[in-house]
Amino acid sequence: MKLLILLNLFSIYLLANSINVENTAGQFFSSGHTNNWAVLVCTSRFWFNYRHVANTLSVYRSVKRLGIPDSHIVLMLADDMACNHRNPKPATVFSHKNMELNVYGDDVEVDYRGYEVTVENFLRVLTGRLPLSTPRSKRLLSDDRSNILIYLTGHGGNGFLKFQDSEEISNVELADAFEQMWQKRRYNELLFIIDTCQGASMYERFYSPNIMALASSQIGEDSLSHQPDLAIGVHLMDRYTFYLLEFLEDIHPASKTNMNDLFKVCPKSQCVSTPGHRTDLFLRDPGSVLITDFFGSVRKVEITMETINLTIPIKQLEQNPLTELQRYSYVDQLPVSEIIHQNPKQKDWHPPDGFILGLWTLILLVFFKTYGMKHLKHIF
Amino acid sequence: MGLLSDPNRRRALIGLLTRLNAPICVFCYMAGVAWFMGLAFEPFTLRTYMSENAMGSTMVEERFPAGERALATGREFSAHKKKAGGMPVDWLVRTMQSRGLEVFTQSFSRTLPFPDENKERYMVKGTNVYGILRAPRAPRTEALVLTAPCTAGDGNNQAVGLLLGLAQYFRSQIFWAKDIIFLVNEHDLIGMQAWLEGYHHSNTTGMDWTPIRGRGGSIQAALSLELSSDVITSLDLVLEGLNGQLPNLDLANLFYAFCQKIGVVCTIQGKLQRNDWDSVAGYSHSVQTMMLMAMKQASGRPWGDHGLFLRYHIEAVTIKGINSFRQYKTDATTVGRLLEGMFRKLNNLLERLHQSYFFYLMPSLSHFVSIGYYMPAFGLLGVILLLRALDLWDQLVTPPPRTEDGAAEQASSPGVLSVLTPLVISHLTGAALYKLPVHFQAMAVEHFPVSETEAVVLTAIAVYTAGLALPHNTHRLLSGEGTEQGWRVLKLVALLYLAVLLGCTALVNFSLGFILALTLVPMAAFVTPHVPKVLSAIVLVFLSPACTLLFSVFFFQELQEDPVSFQEGWMLYLSVISQGILDHYLYGSVIYPLMALLVYPCWLLFWNILFWK
Repeated sequence: MKLLILLNLFSIYLLANSINVENTAGQFFSSGHTNNWAVLVCTSRFWFNYRHVANTLSVYRSVKRLGIPDSHIVLMLADDMACNHRNPKPATVFSHKNMELNVYGDDVEVDYRGYEVTVENFLRVLTGRLPLSTPRSKRLLSDDRSNILIYLTGHGGNGFLKFQDSEEISNVELADAFEQMWQKRRYNELLFIIDTCQGASMYERFYSPNIMALASSQIGEDSLSHQPDLAIGVHLMDRYTFYLLEFLEDIHPASKTNMNDLFKVCPKSQCVSTPGHRTDLFLRDPGSVLITDFFGSVRKVEITMETINLTIPIKQLEQNPLTELQRYSYVDQLPVSEIIHQNPKQKDWHPPDGFILGLWTLILLVFFKTYGMKHLKHIF
Repeated sequence: MGLLSDPNRRRALIGLLTRLNAPICVFCYMAGVAWFMGLAFEPFTLRTYMSENAMGSTMVEERFPAGERALATGREFSAHKKKAGGMPVDWLVRTMQSRGLEVFTQSFSRTLPFPDENKERYMVKGTNVYGILRAPRAPRTEALVLTAPCTAGDGNNQAVGLLLGLAQYFRSQIFWAKDIIFLVNEHDLIGMQAWLEGYHHSNTTGMDWTPIRGRGGSIQAALSLELSSDVITSLDLVLEGLNGQLPNLDLANLFYAFCQKIGVVCTIQGKLQRNDWDSVAGYSHSVQTMMLMAMKQASGRPWGDHGLFLRYHIEAVTIKGINSFRQYKTDATTVGRLLEGMFRKLNNLLERLHQSYFFYLMPSLSHFVSIGYYMPAFGLLGVILLLRALDLWDQLVTPPPRTEDGAAEQASSPGVLSVLTPLVISHLTGAALYKLPVHFQAMAVEHFPVSETEAVVLTAIAVYTAGLALPHNTHRLLSGEGTEQGWRVLKLVALLYLAVLLGCTALVNFSLGFILALTLVPMAAFVTPHVPKVLSAIVLVFLSPACTLLFSVFFFQELQEDPVSFQEGWMLYLSVISQGILDHYLYGSVIYPLMALLVYPCWLLFWNILFWK
């Protein structure tokens, strides 16, 4: 009798679980992305720009901790602070003063280093137009189900970001790069964070869908640095990224914090500048977007001993807004057929140059004037 | 029609110019002087600020601990110096080696053109000792220099001690990106010149030195230290270098920033900054500081060992420790910390200092006047010469009103030749003034009971005075003597010559150009053969370069609050002349050739004009 009750309870429990699993299976495909990528760029060199490298490395650290592997992170650092001759603690890059947190560690993989961090390389990484010899670690091999986090830091101004003291990328170029990514189906959703002076100017030209952007300051404002370290002698971090790092330290792979909390990071009282964000191009409601959708690579894994019947159509939590399928075809990038065409193209005939005509007429007239018409018969 | 191409308007303009020439000139002169005096008024100056991004806002916490040990080392150095009777080379080499530096020596020797009575030396032989602290991880491409001169007697021992103490402290740090060269030079400027020439493989002054065997790469900045007491009350910054060249203002800004951070009293020209700029006393204080700087710059001598670095485009300053009767004393550890902080900031440099100004005047340590602000003062003085020249040109070009015997007036247009004669003769006199004193000192010593130095100086003065007699002699050679046309042409040429000369001088050494302009321009403007001869002759002599120098010597002593009597002033004046000549032969200063070969002939031309008839 007791055994029967126990068996009953057990079967009820399993049944409940299986129904649970089938229910939650519907949640597996709610966000629309299957893999995560991160492109983290520090654009300034020289020892006194230590804080930009520290910014990038601290975002790198958070992103790695939350699950994105090195193979899915493209890290671009314009200068080597850890091994700079002026670093009193070689092989370290600190983000908190009194050397509390070493964001360099011993497992940092820098993909683009030093002078390789250029506007051209950055745009090629984004659009995927890299030479065939580029190794996989230097490529952004994203597809149309990738959520990409792009983080830029350095010195910037109204409408541009300075790369390495010698060139700049403008907000128009960046917007066009993102549009190319959209047209080539290289991202599902994109989160763009920028920590420079007047950072909001960089995202005001975006026009591709599914992009959410955050910036550390508005146009006309400077982003300020946080704290100097008196032993190293430089500012260690910028304010916005410092508070972003603090915020991210509280996130773990299973946390359900959403983007609205990210927008509240570093209010004006802490940051002195006013952080801004842009969500009008983003199709989902920011409140339903998890931080880990971009910062982490959360694998949706549920271990079950049950078999799940997938022939029943699984109810999706969100309706797919795209109802009709559009066939896309690529524009002929390189009109090879026209270039190696064997037959020369038919050019339009046009009368000979007036000058040549006139010259011949002149020659003939002179000839006949000199020698008289009677010689005409010798010619013809 | 345009303003200048319309003949009526042009005639009107020229008429205006001719009528108002003298008032405009006087006005410009007063305006120029007033502008210069106004430069020291604080609302017209700018606060100093750090222009170089690499030497940015953050500072490290300096941790130099060993001030007392540095002073003990200084005492050891002094003892060994007395024993060796000069530079204790072996002890220095051993001490530097024990501190982990790569030590090298350089010996040099030089026979001065005539004995230097101020420093009592004639045949100088010495050794420089320097140790290089190699940067732990950087390539050996750049270097910083810390130098302390080894003076005979009891001076500067603490500086050498502090240098060695800092060397030991710096050796234990790993963040140096440039090599640091610790140099102890003997016979101050002569030794420094030998070292710099050896380092840069240039031999411009004819000194003998052994080649430099150890180098640190290209030198980015240098600090020279003069410290003669165990405790100090203030630190003085010396900027003026050879030929009036100044280091980049960023180095002065760096020094001031650290003075404020560490809390040491810092002065410039030995004068402490005052806060009451709106009171008369405060304003006169700033004016005095600025005029001291102007006079030091105009003299063209290097006022510290740093002055010789500037020629090689190495920014350098001298820091002097002063012990006066103030209550608050700073010890050697604090000075060491200040130097450590400065060196750490210079360590961060990526390129040579070039962001801030190279031409400036400082009425106080925290305010400066840049070239854009002070040049109009000189410009106003230069305009006087141009106005006068325009007036003369007009007089030369327009024919004079026909008189009864107008033919006689216009008899001979003298042409170039008559102008050439005074020019050539004046320049020959100038060349004589340049060459004769040093060349014929031996002959002078034979015939007169004077020492060599006195012979040189007195010969110079003699040649200068002999030039005054020229007009009476050259007139015999002159073809166009006595004509109205002749002196006008000569004066026109002389005015333009003076304008170009003063303009070029003011560009390179503003203070020299301005001081010369102050005296030469009024003289050039008013001198004609028609002014009363005796009075003008006296005025002209007073406004001549030699008397300007004499007055400057007295004025300089006044500014330094150390007024001298006429006798002492005269002896000082003679020594200034001898120092000027020595500077030229030892370090390549151009002030003496400039005065002798260019300014003096120019003045002689005006003297010629005065005695034209």
